[in-house]
Amino acid sequence: MAAISREEVAHLARLSRLAVTEEELDRFAGQLDVILQSVARIGDVAADDIPPTSHSVPLTNVYRDDVPVPSLTQEEALSGAPDAYEGRFRVPQILAEED
Amino acid sequence: MTTTALPSYEDAVSRYEPVIGLETHVELGTATKMFCGCRTDFGAEPNTQVCPVCLGLPGALPVANRAGIEATIRIGLALNCDIAEWCRMARKNYFYPDMPKNFQTSQYDEPLCVDGYVDVEVGGKSYRIGIERVHLEEDTGKTLHVGGATGRIHGATESLVDYNRAGIPLVEIVTKPVPGLGALAPEVAKAYVAELRDIIRSLGVSDVRMEQGSLRCDVNTSLNKPGEEWGTRTETKNVNSLRSVERAVRSEIIRQSGLLDQGTRIFQETRHFQETTGDTRSGRSKETATDYRYFPEPDLVPIAPDPAWVAELKAALPEKPSSKRARLREEWGISETDMESVANAGAVELIEETIAAGSSPAGARKWWMGELARRANETGVELSAVGATPAQVAALQKLVDEGKLNDKLARQVLEGVVAGEGDPAAVMTARGLEVVSDTGALTKAVDDAIAANPDIAAKIRDGKVAAAGALVGAVMKTTRGQADAKTVRDLILERLGAS
Repeated sequence: MAAISREEVAHLARLSRLAVTEEELDRFAGQLDVILQSVARIGDVAADDIPPTSHSVPLTNVYRDDVPVPSLTQEEALSGAPDAYEGRFRVPQILAEED
Repeated sequence: MTTTALPSYEDAVSRYEPVIGLETHVELGTATKMFCGCRTDFGAEPNTQVCPVCLGLPGALPVANRAGIEATIRIGLALNCDIAEWCRMARKNYFYPDMPKNFQTSQYDEPLCVDGYVDVEVGGKSYRIGIERVHLEEDTGKTLHVGGATGRIHGATESLVDYNRAGIPLVEIVTKPVPGLGALAPEVAKAYVAELRDIIRSLGVSDVRMEQGSLRCDVNTSLNKPGEEWGTRTETKNVNSLRSVERAVRSEIIRQSGLLDQGTRIFQETRHFQETTGDTRSGRSKETATDYRYFPEPDLVPIAPDPAWVAELKAALPEKPSSKRARLREEWGISETDMESVANAGAVELIEETIAAGSSPAGARKWWMGELARRANETGVELSAVGATPAQVAALQKLVDEGKLNDKLARQVLEGVVAGEGDPAAVMTARGLEVVSDTGALTKAVDDAIAANPDIAAKIRDGKVAAAGALVGAVMKTTRGQADAKTVRDLILERLGAS
């Protein structure tokens, strides 16, 4: 059984705001399925005594003090932006559903 | 749009039982953002308080702000929560330009604080509101929609984004569902948010100003018939004042009961509160929006607060605002209603400190709740930022008590203090506002007034002492209000042999 369906890939593409063609859906669903199946094999070897790992280093409580450091200038901040206007990032129309 | 008339509120709550829940966001008052050292100053030029971390540039790594963690734990403790011994931050994934990283760093199934409560009082009765969780996340950037007619998203052709706010620590406080409030649900909801605001203000971790967005509230409401299961809830956003909290719950109860009466299903949806009309309007459907694909944040290590540190923070919590209010109300000898106004004006600590600086309770309350509250209101600033300190107000009241200033002059002195001209005594001297106590000068002013108004003087001589008011007015005018009205009156009566 496939680890990810064509419908799920379409759903994820929509959430990610990616325009994916029908042909691409077929292709990506197949590719993602191979990747997920491979990763799923880890679950076969992990026994109950191995907890899920979210961090590769055994550290906790790494903090910094609440002391300001210099930020980027507005010019620097906007230098990589495709478009800007009056000191702000300019982005295309936002989908109405996200109101 | 339905053409059927909506039921009245009383009718609605007589047939349906409301269940409410509140999600409150509090922007913390830290000097820097949650995961980077950018400043958090309000009103800075757009995109001047940003860095690779909060802009989500490739390779940037976040580090948690200790003050943000501490503030969240203190809020949790003040709300009687258990503090997690170990928890993680999580990524909440969504694609929307208010977050340049395409995710918001938040907490999911491992909040920092769980299972607390807040007791609120309404109409002399206490209600316990359960707290489900208190978690830490980051605020989003501000988007400005242009091209549309109204500045709203609909019809906009593009959006302009300022990321100064993105990454400022935000604490989300979620209540458990609260059933059994009946008709009081809107009032209890409002009282809860007010109590929460007071508690957080007492901790000094946020300025909790609803009108500026540092305290934001979403209200969940559902209705069910007595004995039946809870209904489907709606979530009302955009509720930006205490009064709106009450109105939002009330209007949702009326709206939903109208639908239920017609046999219409309630959809789980986000609704937006309309400040002008007091009702709610449908927003986005939640179906896809909830698909946030949370996973543990790999770039931030787990949080494991040392129990000894937590115990220390708990022991150092300030007095609960509700017990403090009760204590001070007793000490000041004022009514519950008056105390409520003082609390609502954010004047409790200011008045307390003014009294500590030597003022009488009545004097302290008079200035903070009168002249200064009016001014704060007019200029749209917090009372604490109005420009006068408790020490200055106490000094002003002392000058009044000593007879050096009358009420009118004291107001002018206060104006000078607020304008930054110095302490009351200095302003009084610099502006020449001291009450005229030189009897010679005053006697001359009185004699002049008598000479200029022979008719009135005659009446007073005939025993019509009430007529003295006109002469007092004349003397006050020539002394530019700098005389004590009672002294002037006594002097007039004495000169005319009517005393």
